[in-house]
Amino acid sequence: MIKEKKFTKVGIIGFGGYVPSYRIRVKEIAKARQKNGEQIVEGLGVKQKAVAGRDEDAVSLAVEAAWRALKRSQCKPQDVGAVLVGSESHPYAVKPTGTIVAEILGIGKEYFCADLEFACKAGTTGVVMIGAMIEAGLIECGIAIGADVAQSRPGDALEYTAGTGAAAVILGSKKFKWWARLERVSSFNSDTADFWRRAGEDFPEHGGRFTGEPGYFEHVIEGTRRFLGKRKMKIFDQVVLHMPNGKFPRRAAKRLGVEERQLETGFLVEEIGNPYSASAMLGLVRVLEEARKGERLLVTSYGSGAGSDSLELVLMRKLTNSYKGKGVDLESQLANTEQISYTNYLIMRGLV
Amino acid sequence: MKVIIAGSYQTRFGELWERSLLSLLMEAGQGAMKDAGVQASEIDLVVVGNKLGGRISEQDHLGALMADKLRVKGRGIRVEAACASGGIAVHQAVQAIKTGEAETVLVLGGEKMTDKNNGVVGAALMGAASEEERRTGLSFVGLYALMARAYMEKFGARRRDLAKVAVKNHKQASLNPKAQFPREITEEMALKAIMVAEPLGLFDCSPISDGAAGLVVRGVKTKKAGKREVEILASEIATDSLGLNERESLLEIKATKEAAGRAYVSAGVGPEEIDIMEVHDCFTIAEILALEDLGFCKKGEGFKGIDKPVNLSGGLKACGHPVGATGVKQMVELTHHLRREAGERQADKADMGLAHNVGGTGGTAVVHILKGSI
Repeated sequence: MIKEKKFTKVGIIGFGGYVPSYRIRVKEIAKARQKNGEQIVEGLGVKQKAVAGRDEDAVSLAVEAAWRALKRSQCKPQDVGAVLVGSESHPYAVKPTGTIVAEILGIGKEYFCADLEFACKAGTTGVVMIGAMIEAGLIECGIAIGADVAQSRPGDALEYTAGTGAAAVILGSKKFKWWARLERVSSFNSDTADFWRRAGEDFPEHGGRFTGEPGYFEHVIEGTRRFLGKRKMKIFDQVVLHMPNGKFPRRAAKRLGVEERQLETGFLVEEIGNPYSASAMLGLVRVLEEARKGERLLVTSYGSGAGSDSLELVLMRKLTNSYKGKGVDLESQLANTEQISYTNYLIMRGLV
Repeated sequence: MKVIIAGSYQTRFGELWERSLLSLLMEAGQGAMKDAGVQASEIDLVVVGNKLGGRISEQDHLGALMADKLRVKGRGIRVEAACASGGIAVHQAVQAIKTGEAETVLVLGGEKMTDKNNGVVGAALMGAASEEERRTGLSFVGLYALMARAYMEKFGARRRDLAKVAVKNHKQASLNPKAQFPREITEEMALKAIMVAEPLGLFDCSPISDGAAGLVVRGVKTKKAGKREVEILASEIATDSLGLNERESLLEIKATKEAAGRAYVSAGVGPEEIDIMEVHDCFTIAEILALEDLGFCKKGEGFKGIDKPVNLSGGLKACGHPVGATGVKQMVELTHHLRREAGERQADKADMGLAHNVGGTGGTAVVHILKGSI
């Protein structure tokens, strides 16, 4: 049982997102599959997805995001006391992504490190763990990263949405200047086999429509409801729900009483698809880049298998232009894109 | 001696992820016995209609399983005839009663389909098709699409005519609390929906469903009709080639014509005396073919519809199609109407009903004619 606790000593001191510039349109994939692209775009609520370059993997994505987060923080790499990387596409089954990332970032050797895997929610789980370590006084700051080159079997429905991206959040004690205060966290989990990838397999499998009601909706909606308790949804200015496609979060939002204006800032899925562990994390980063001082944020991630994490934050100061930086902020990354063909997509992903 | 339906029950149809095949069959069996007012100790035989138990639920041995779990006095068997497994189960029950092997039979039809992904279910369903069709890579929607295309070219039917069948069945399902899709649709929605196999779009196809249905069937010697009693006047089956490539025509299902012809003779009635019917609309084109092959209209005119209620349950299209359950569920639905217990969707005139259940693309057809006592 998770205890209700209000954090007082933890804030976000740096954050950054990275989305590769390559995009493939859903219509381009549909054309290759001889499907009606317009209907699929409408059905999924996704126009295009981000694709990793052929030299990119979860490690390089994580590093790109972490660099951007460090640029916006006062902490130096050697201050970092923990590196947790959540991903479904860790390059190694055994050997951590986290140590490679930490080495590249120059963090030194005295830090806690682990790779996390919980389908699409491992990134937010890292935020919770590092937040708790700081609250407990064990470390002064730590980096939680969600990074994925999302896998999908060619021809599977996931092919239209499985995207690429990474987001890093640096949490710190009062020693550092906070962008946002982390107030509450919670999690809601069950053994639900909606989506999985067995050891040794290259691509995930899923239970089709079973991923919806008993998977995503049960955990996102019930998890969020329990997290809120008696508090009302209207106290939040910004809401991010995990975005496996464009339809699910909108439907969950409606059932939770979340209005479009609360959801729109962090709603990236239409343009980048679902970068698995980075989905809700990138939504959070986008909100932190855009939100105003005093705004209250709610994030509920979702990981198949299944569970959701909920986070509540309050923005302490608005991101100024000097911290945005060209190529650092998500807005410029989302604007600077290059469309690729389905053939190029297959080549870049090593599928042919 | 006449054979009557003494009790009937249908579980909800749909994506019932929290339910197993066993639990669905148990609910149907207990529900039907309760409705009939009979105890498990009075059941001589349990006949279970099921197609995919082995492939989806890793359980084939359903006859003994259900006889044991329901604690019936008698024995149990499982029968299989693709999507006509339920209809065949009823037919076997009638045969057992007529031969004197049993007096009271519990018929169950059930299917659990949503525990596996669509690829696995689709491949398992193709077990009802011919080797040639499987080798060609066809699926059932592809096979019915071939029939639809041939029909449309021959008789000038349009996709809009197929859509009308889906719109009607969805509307009727909206009054059925047990239906998988109790929601109305419009012709435009049906026509704009994603194409599955030209010319059949999403709304031309029945869904993958979980569900079960049960009947208590009894042999009675008295000629006097009991209260709520529904008599099975005819129970006929016919079979044909599994593959479409071996059929004389794509414009009809010969097994349906044969089974219906025998059923009308056996019951001593004609199609004009049938008030309501549940026909096998696994795809919209299948309902159109059924109306013609059952003799409710001339060949080539089924797409214009008929002026009798067809598929008041919502049919396979909108009530759902847990394949082994369908043939039994059709008779449960007719029983509701013949007893005047169908609630909001009660047919105005319901003295005589017909159930039509098809396996594959017509490899098996089962036709039952039922008569109410009210």
